[in-house]
Amino acid sequence: MLLEHSPPVRADTGLAITLTINGQRRELQVTPWTTLLDLLREKLDLTGTKKGCDHGQCGACTVLVNGTRVNACLTLAVMKDGAEITTVEGLAGLGNRGGSNALHPIQEAFIEHDAFQCGYCTPGQLCSSVGLMNEGHAHSREEIREAMSGNICRCGAYTNIVDAIEDVMQGAAR
Amino acid sequence: MNRFDYVRAGTVAEAVQAYGAGARFIAGGTNLIDLMKYDVEKPGRLIDITRLPLDGIEAHEGGLRLGALATNAKVAYDDRVAAQYPLLRNAILAGASAQLRNAASTGGNLLQRTRCYYFYDTATPCNKREPGTGCPAIGGVNRIHAIFGASESCIATHPSDMCIALAALEATVRVSGPQGERTIPFADFHRLPGDSPEIDTNLAAGEIIVSVDLPESKFPQHYTYLKLRDRLSYAFALVSVAAGIELDGDTIKTARLALGGVAHKPWRNREAEALLEGKPATRESFQQAADLIVSEAKPQSANGFKIDLARRAIVRGLEQAAAGTPQSLSDKRIQ
Repeated sequence: MLLEHSPPVRADTGLAITLTINGQRRELQVTPWTTLLDLLREKLDLTGTKKGCDHGQCGACTVLVNGTRVNACLTLAVMKDGAEITTVEGLAGLGNRGGSNALHPIQEAFIEHDAFQCGYCTPGQLCSSVGLMNEGHAHSREEIREAMSGNICRCGAYTNIVDAIEDVMQGAAR
Repeated sequence: MNRFDYVRAGTVAEAVQAYGAGARFIAGGTNLIDLMKYDVEKPGRLIDITRLPLDGIEAHEGGLRLGALATNAKVAYDDRVAAQYPLLRNAILAGASAQLRNAASTGGNLLQRTRCYYFYDTATPCNKREPGTGCPAIGGVNRIHAIFGASESCIATHPSDMCIALAALEATVRVSGPQGERTIPFADFHRLPGDSPEIDTNLAAGEIIVSVDLPESKFPQHYTYLKLRDRLSYAFALVSVAAGIELDGDTIKTARLALGGVAHKPWRNREAEALLEGKPATRESFQQAADLIVSEAKPQSANGFKIDLARRAIVRGLEQAAAGTPQSLSDKRIQ
């Protein structure tokens, strides 16, 4: 549909945007209806971020946009032009670990606390956990549970997920 | 999702200029993109307003001006909001998830559409989605539907928690459009379905919300947002109560009360508020107000339970507000 007073801006071939994804600057062409989730998975082979419900209800697609956790499935890529995106593939690279293969502390804590079973929700849980710690509003176990309510785990690993987050938060406070 | 034009606006005037039939403004997108995936919304053009300078929170005429693009998270965690309008903070944090609140905007929250199952399901008729096709919720699956102000065309409810607090706080919505700027009292912003349920609000075509203005704080201590739902977090309200009280000793000086999950808009009853004023802050007074409010309730086939739930929630909410012990956001036991 075109409107008379404005030039057509539909771009079936894509609009040029720039995203910094896991520290790497990417010049991309995206159609306006491409979600950030589909861009990551289908165009960039970053399939760590999962598509669960695709409607913002399960949290499996959680990524960090400029350090803030959001649902990638409800985000149009074109609207995030210029942003820094961190996915589960980039978590290990956070915190200046200088090229080592070390995992992010939250990833180590998930392993330590057995905080997953099937693992499908885990990339979203991990990114959401980092977002939660960046926000700094949750302190008690109850507050962590409430602040993680946007990430569903059908295996029911919730208790261990909270244990893992609490462990990392206490470690950071030490 | 349908194909659409994309325009990124740099100023409010540009955004208004880019508007035309079939266009939608987009900010957080958490509701609009979801609806587009279901083909409930099929805009021909999206006008991206996220680059407009409307995300500030500033002091304004003794109160606070919330920029339309301030995210729900930014508002909820603002120190001034926490100190002066904790009712608003608690209502925002009772809704959605952290991810959604990080994306969703103040203006967009006001424009959320109902979560009626039939509205979302394009295989069924719906007067809100396709005017004139009928309302299968009436006589259908209507456990979550309205008990106040519904019509023969539509029994959907308004989904926002934030708006229930804004109704009790008597905010003002400032909008800008082709005819210039105007302000809309919060009580007049949303509308009842009547025979045109496809229209949720009194916002005119092409108008953009630029801010939500809060009047001087009256309920920094005596308030609550009590939300009752099917699970303890991340679910829409079956019934919610936003209550604010000003006390003079044990006497109620001012009472403001709005209900969520029960009507097509945040539900207020001015008579009940007036009845409370000058009365002692006791359970008996609260029960009188609750009885008056629910006397207007009309159940559907499967939501009659909401009437008693609302009556009890109103009494408990007013008790929590009077005692200065608002409902906890993380300990979900109702005290």
